[in-house]
Amino acid sequence: MIVHLPILQVIIPLMAAPICLMLNRAKLVWLFALLASGLAFSISILLLQQVMTSGVISYELGGWQAPWGIEYRIDKLNAFLLLIISGISTVVLVAAQTSIEKEIPKDKHTYFYVLYLLSLTGMLGIVATGDAFNIFVFLEISSLSAYALIAMGQKRQALWASYQYLIMGTIGATFILIGIGLMYQMTGTLNMQDLSQRLPEVAQTRTVFVSFAFVIVGVCLKLAMFPLHLWLPNAYAYAPSIVTAFFAATATKVAVYLLIRFTFSVFGLSFSFTTIPLQTLFMALGLLGIFVASTTAIYQSNVKHLFAYSSIAQIGYMIVGFSVSTVAGLTATLLHMFNHALMKGAIFLALAAVIYRVGNVELKNFRGLGRQMPLTMAAIVIGGLSLIGVPLTVGFVSKWYLLTALVEQGWWPIAVLILLGSMLAVVYVWRVIEVAYFKEPLDPSIKVKEAPMSFLIPIWTLVIANIYFGIDTRLSVQVAEAAAQSLFGVSP
Amino acid sequence: MNLSLELMLQLCIIMPLLATLAIVASGRHPNIREGVTIATCLALIFLVVSLYQGLSSGKSISVYWWELLPGLRISFDIEPLGMLFALVASFLWLVTTCYAIGYMRSHQEKNQTRFYVCFAVAIGAVMGLAFSANLFTLFIFYEVLTLSTYPLVTHAGTEKAKKGGRIYLGILLSTSILFFLLAIVSTWVVAGTLDFKLGGIFADDVDKVIASILLVLFIFGIGKAAIMPFHRWLPAAMVAPTPVSSLLHAVAVVKAGVFTVLKVCIFIFGLDLLAELPSTQFLLYLAGASVLLASLIAMRQDNLKARLAYSTVSQLGYITIGALLATSSGVIGSSMHIAMHAFGKITLFFCAGAILVTLHKSKISDMRGIGRQMPITMIAFFIASLSIIGVPPTGGTWSKWYLMMGTIETEQFVLMVILMLSSLLNIAYLLPIPFHAFFPKLTSFKTSDKLSSTTNVTEDRLPSFEIKEAPLPSLIAIVVTTLGCLTLFIYPQPLFDLASAILTGRG
Repeated sequence: MIVHLPILQVIIPLMAAPICLMLNRAKLVWLFALLASGLAFSISILLLQQVMTSGVISYELGGWQAPWGIEYRIDKLNAFLLLIISGISTVVLVAAQTSIEKEIPKDKHTYFYVLYLLSLTGMLGIVATGDAFNIFVFLEISSLSAYALIAMGQKRQALWASYQYLIMGTIGATFILIGIGLMYQMTGTLNMQDLSQRLPEVAQTRTVFVSFAFVIVGVCLKLAMFPLHLWLPNAYAYAPSIVTAFFAATATKVAVYLLIRFTFSVFGLSFSFTTIPLQTLFMALGLLGIFVASTTAIYQSNVKHLFAYSSIAQIGYMIVGFSVSTVAGLTATLLHMFNHALMKGAIFLALAAVIYRVGNVELKNFRGLGRQMPLTMAAIVIGGLSLIGVPLTVGFVSKWYLLTALVEQGWWPIAVLILLGSMLAVVYVWRVIEVAYFKEPLDPSIKVKEAPMSFLIPIWTLVIANIYFGIDTRLSVQVAEAAAQSLFGVSP
Repeated sequence: MNLSLELMLQLCIIMPLLATLAIVASGRHPNIREGVTIATCLALIFLVVSLYQGLSSGKSISVYWWELLPGLRISFDIEPLGMLFALVASFLWLVTTCYAIGYMRSHQEKNQTRFYVCFAVAIGAVMGLAFSANLFTLFIFYEVLTLSTYPLVTHAGTEKAKKGGRIYLGILLSTSILFFLLAIVSTWVVAGTLDFKLGGIFADDVDKVIASILLVLFIFGIGKAAIMPFHRWLPAAMVAPTPVSSLLHAVAVVKAGVFTVLKVCIFIFGLDLLAELPSTQFLLYLAGASVLLASLIAMRQDNLKARLAYSTVSQLGYITIGALLATSSGVIGSSMHIAMHAFGKITLFFCAGAILVTLHKSKISDMRGIGRQMPITMIAFFIASLSIIGVPPTGGTWSKWYLMMGTIETEQFVLMVILMLSSLLNIAYLLPIPFHAFFPKLTSFKTSDKLSSTTNVTEDRLPSFEIKEAPLPSLIAIVVTTLGCLTLFIYPQPLFDLASAILTGRG
């Protein structure tokens, strides 16, 4: 059994999806999906433990040997990602049943869970597999289910948002496919481990350059990296709240993973950063992303939009850490992937609770919520503090690492810019807090109650995780550091 | 009781935090709630005094909690400077709580439970800050202090409170994130450690330019020390209820700022390196300008609390100057001034609050003749003013004496003149208040023109000779801190010993 963990990680949610269709009873389906996701989560914990103690796990699908058959290859990096994705997915699912009751018509509940599980499968698959073409397949699984999930949103705009995402996402996926095709043409292999050994021989050819360009642009589209982020705000804002919470915490992380995997493992460090000036480009785009998106976030009147733009800005931080291209910088990026998942998971779940009680998340409707929904708002406050990077929250840990990485390289101006960027976070977070705590409710006759327990439990699980991993950083720092070191080929 | 000193040190930080639970639990019964607070205060004083005894008997007390990030530990260590700060803060917390009970009840403030909870958290943060063994731990508690005082500043929940809170948090958070954190990270990269060490942690051959930049970043980043141009948060914080202004914005928060400045100067840079840095001179003049300008601005304020706030900005400049002079008398003067100014300024704020709750007056121009109604309060105001100015028989004399000595030793004559000038300004903006309170018919040199038109009005308001002092708990608090000002003049020895032990190691 333990040997088959890598494939079970992906196959359990995949098989659970059609079974959900057969169960077809809302509550039962929910419990079953929760069970499947929980199982995936426990498997990811086991995998991480195994990888940390005994190194890379290679699993050959159907017993076909590596370059010919499909290989699932779990190293520290993907074990870390698997943990983030399946963990967030499980916590978010706890609140799903209550949330979708108000947001999705009853007859579509089963489909919702089916799509949710398929999307989870896709993300887990992208991360677990060691085969480049397999990545594309899972990317399509996760994307197609994501388009459908977003289209389930309450408002008509959801359809348009989903369509926008569909167009952009398809272009991205196609680009990745073209890139992979070109690599295959040059090397005759799709296994990433194999690719990384064969690509250097042909590295100076135009085909490889083109394939690199296609892959990177495709991934950056999925990543919503500035200026390719246009699909993201609407997709997040109009999707059902649960979907937003799930995607905001995980989807972009998967894309960042792909970026790291392709640049570091497949093309190799020297090709990605020396032959091609990725460093300067990404540094500039990352910083621009931080400032443009944070500033835009300040002017949003819809809180979901506000935090969606904040997500784009946070991706900017990951990109900056990535472009430092040192162990410390990459560690900062990996840490921020973990930490950002916790913050945004908590915040968007809390917003789901607000939608459940109030009906929408226009900023003006937050008036008086500080008193009416104290626990939910407290969660947003702590999540916001974490976004700003206040000590004793996870946000501080990743910021500390990012700053250290930059200062070590002597890049002071960029460190200053990063800090300026987090001042913008103070502004947009405080806009929400001031409205919630200082303004009287618009219509005092409407009594808004605190969110039900089914929301509060997952929200506060994530909030406590925000604080816990800000205080006890052993797990996240150790894993992130080990993963970064192994990507740089430094033995820890 | 037989507690180990290490345990006591941890209790100092944890106990106020635990007390918040009890305060929340007893929120519906004000008497129990305030009883809990008082009990915590007393226990805290007991702990701090025991620690003080431990320290004076030459024991080293340090605690290590855990490693937050590799190499960066949350740990605590007691040295004389932190001890001094903790003693002052814990004692004045008790007095302030006593005062707050009278104030909050007679003012019928809302959300009193939240008030006491945030207060306790703030004190816990101050204790953690005072006992920090490294800059990293200090920074964490510094930020906790900022955030836990935000709800206190915006206590009223009005539009004005929101604006004040915005400036408060905006300046304190942005300076600490933008400059302080950057300075800490850079120090970590340059020096490889953040532990406080007598004589500094930088290597001897450290690049002077980098060290200079770091010093500027530190002084700007420690926004709580309210060096101009980053002082605006302090007047803005005056929208808070008076007990908050008195403890936090005369003692805990601002003193946390200058305490951090002292810590950085003595234990991160070391006085030798500090004296060599080119930026020290620039910062000295900046602090001097801050002292002078804030005094000038204070003269123009008609709102009593605003005047006191600017006076605080000016006095904080003294402490920063003392730290940057990088001599032993400068350090002694600065650290003594932490205590002296705390007692003086808290008394002044108490008086301002007492006038507000009993007579509902906040403008200085309305305060003519109130000495007849509130004699004790105004006498206290007078004595505390003397302490701020620095004349006998009050404690402020000593600290200003040493600060002057420091400027003479280092031949900073410009600064010496500034300090003397500022003392004159102190007289000009503080003493007229008690004088006019007792002798309302004296025409002031400053407001004589304005007054002639309003004399009749004030005359009408004067006739009441009925004595109407503040509520008893508040009055007791005022008397206690006033006596403190006087005692510190007669008996400054323990304080002096503690201050002079800072540079020689353990007490």
